[in-house]
Amino acid sequence: MSGRFGIHGGQYIPETLMNEIHALEAAYLRWKDDPDFVRELGDLLRDYAGRPSLLYFAANMTADLGGAKIYLKREDLNHTGSHKINNVLGQCLLAQRMGKTRVIAETGAGQHGVATATAAALLGMECEIFMGKEDTERQVLNVYRMELLGATVHPVLSGTQTLKDAVNETMREWTRRVDDTHYVLGSVMGPHPFPTMVRDFQAVIGREARQQILEREGKLPAAVLACVGGGSNAIGTFHAFIPDESVALIGCEAAGVGVETPRTAATIATGSLGVFHGMKSYFCQDDAGQIAPVYSISAGLDYPGIGPEHAWLHDTGRARYVPVTDEEAVDAFEYLARTEGIICAIESAHALAYARQLAPTISPGESMVICLSGRGDKDVAAIARYRGKDVAEG
Amino acid sequence: MVYNETVGSAGVTGTTASAGKGASPRPIENTTPPIDRIAQAFQSKAFIAFLTGGDPTLEDTRRYVKILAEAGASLVEIGIPFSDPIAEGPVIQEASARALSSATGTTPEMLFELVRALREEDGLTIPLALMTYLNPVHHYGYEEFFARAADVGVDALIVPDLPFEEHAEVLPAAQANGVALISMIAPTSSSRARKIAANAQGFIYLVSSLGVTGVRSEITTDIGSIVDEIRQVTDVPVAVGFGISTPAQAATMAAQADGVIVGSAIVRLIAENGSHADDALRTYVSEMVSALPQE
Repeated sequence: MSGRFGIHGGQYIPETLMNEIHALEAAYLRWKDDPDFVRELGDLLRDYAGRPSLLYFAANMTADLGGAKIYLKREDLNHTGSHKINNVLGQCLLAQRMGKTRVIAETGAGQHGVATATAAALLGMECEIFMGKEDTERQVLNVYRMELLGATVHPVLSGTQTLKDAVNETMREWTRRVDDTHYVLGSVMGPHPFPTMVRDFQAVIGREARQQILEREGKLPAAVLACVGGGSNAIGTFHAFIPDESVALIGCEAAGVGVETPRTAATIATGSLGVFHGMKSYFCQDDAGQIAPVYSISAGLDYPGIGPEHAWLHDTGRARYVPVTDEEAVDAFEYLARTEGIICAIESAHALAYARQLAPTISPGESMVICLSGRGDKDVAAIARYRGKDVAEG
Repeated sequence: MVYNETVGSAGVTGTTASAGKGASPRPIENTTPPIDRIAQAFQSKAFIAFLTGGDPTLEDTRRYVKILAEAGASLVEIGIPFSDPIAEGPVIQEASARALSSATGTTPEMLFELVRALREEDGLTIPLALMTYLNPVHHYGYEEFFARAADVGVDALIVPDLPFEEHAEVLPAAQANGVALISMIAPTSSSRARKIAANAQGFIYLVSSLGVTGVRSEITTDIGSIVDEIRQVTDVPVAVGFGISTPAQAATMAAQADGVIVGSAIVRLIAENGSHADDALRTYVSEMVSALPQE
């Protein structure tokens, strides 16, 4: 494995972690195609996580928008409520084979933290989660969920107290205690081999979706859409479709208040090339190379960078990335609830929002697949607050 | 290995630095090549002092660097503050945040200007290193950054998130401008230690312990055996950093290596005393320097 996607990727981490990262790469190569590993992961994905996830034809939405047939890839129906479980089960099984007894992870919205705590409970591993203090307040219920699952949650007080700071603190913790500990990185970011390994674990989304849409429609979709923070559900959904050049791949970034304001997290729209969190990629930064304090209503997309494979897909033009504002995402969140009876994660609502614009421009003979990366229970109180309603948390 | 050849050409290639932002040709007469300045600093056990540039102000940093040198520091490392210093403990994280949140913020350019003033106006002769993360250097442009660093009199650059395997993209610019790119070796480096050491220039930054920077009550790593391994492949001096704060620790570590690096303990004195840390710094550094074994 080269660890590079064009100029992006690499391993820009402190020396203390380098041998561990090399050991991780070796272990991943050793186990990824091992029949027992593949079988054990496959069994867990089917019997525990609930795969394959459904590909749902959203008939009401399709009729309402009057264009391409809309299919939703229901990652929200997985155990723990999002796509995060796919990656976490893979990494925790690998960590066990490496002899690790403890896992640590960052989390933004809490979905990855909950998934990691879940896998750790299942596999009998010790678990500590790092979460920006602001996010622990935005997602009180998820903090309690992780604690119920036996994890210790550390609120991160440094920096902007959001996802990037949670990653910083988890990296620091890993340098403190690396012998018995695996860092379950939650997205297709960080130093090699994480972007490749996490993509491989998430690629099940696109493999299933491609087969399902071919069975339903007899042909490939015109477009595949997913939300992008670090980009794990997006790369997982895109991956199987990359060779299918007729399929448009569209990543929907969190524009926050708007890309013309500093209150945004849209990396491709507003960022520039840099090196951070172990990888070369695009980052929101200022003119002195300081990482920008980004903003989105979605804690899971509130990240100043993007995974290196997305940066490369952007460079080559194979995928395109569009910004979606808080307002558009909240509208889409409410729209899906009313139209299809599905409350999705505010992250996923970013992809839906763009799908609403795109669908009418595509002929009704065509289809599009949108990854519904997570369910929205966690967001209900925040959406109510956004709309000026006071709903007690939980 | 190719270290001496690099030194030989450093002064000459340094004159081609005009591509840099505002860099003028570097005078080669009457200046000690930067890496020689580092070698001189290690003629006896070295005390390397770190402080964060711009904490609490640039004027304070300029005065503090002079005080550290007067009190016996052999080399001073000035941190260019970065928003997300993943290798730092709370003390240096907070110093970085203070330096960035000052009225103007602290930029690489301001610290280049500070080094220029220390060299040209204050006549400071000890070697100076800059310490920062890769993103600010990448953003400035590698060639431009090293040309400017060489031009103002910076001897070395330390980048904690640039491990040996990624040196290749930065090294040509560092070598062309005669600035040493410092290699770090950690207790976990094991078999990689020799490879890193064999390619090291300036000095080797030996990380004493797992974890991030910050004061530690005890250091349990077997420093002596790592130094022995390094010695088998290079004569480049080895300085031990991370966790050292007391004279006793400095004495023990320096006895097993060529010098010690002290950061958080100094930064903490600045945090506690703000713009009035002069006496505290002088006293502390004198005490630490006098604890180093004499050769």
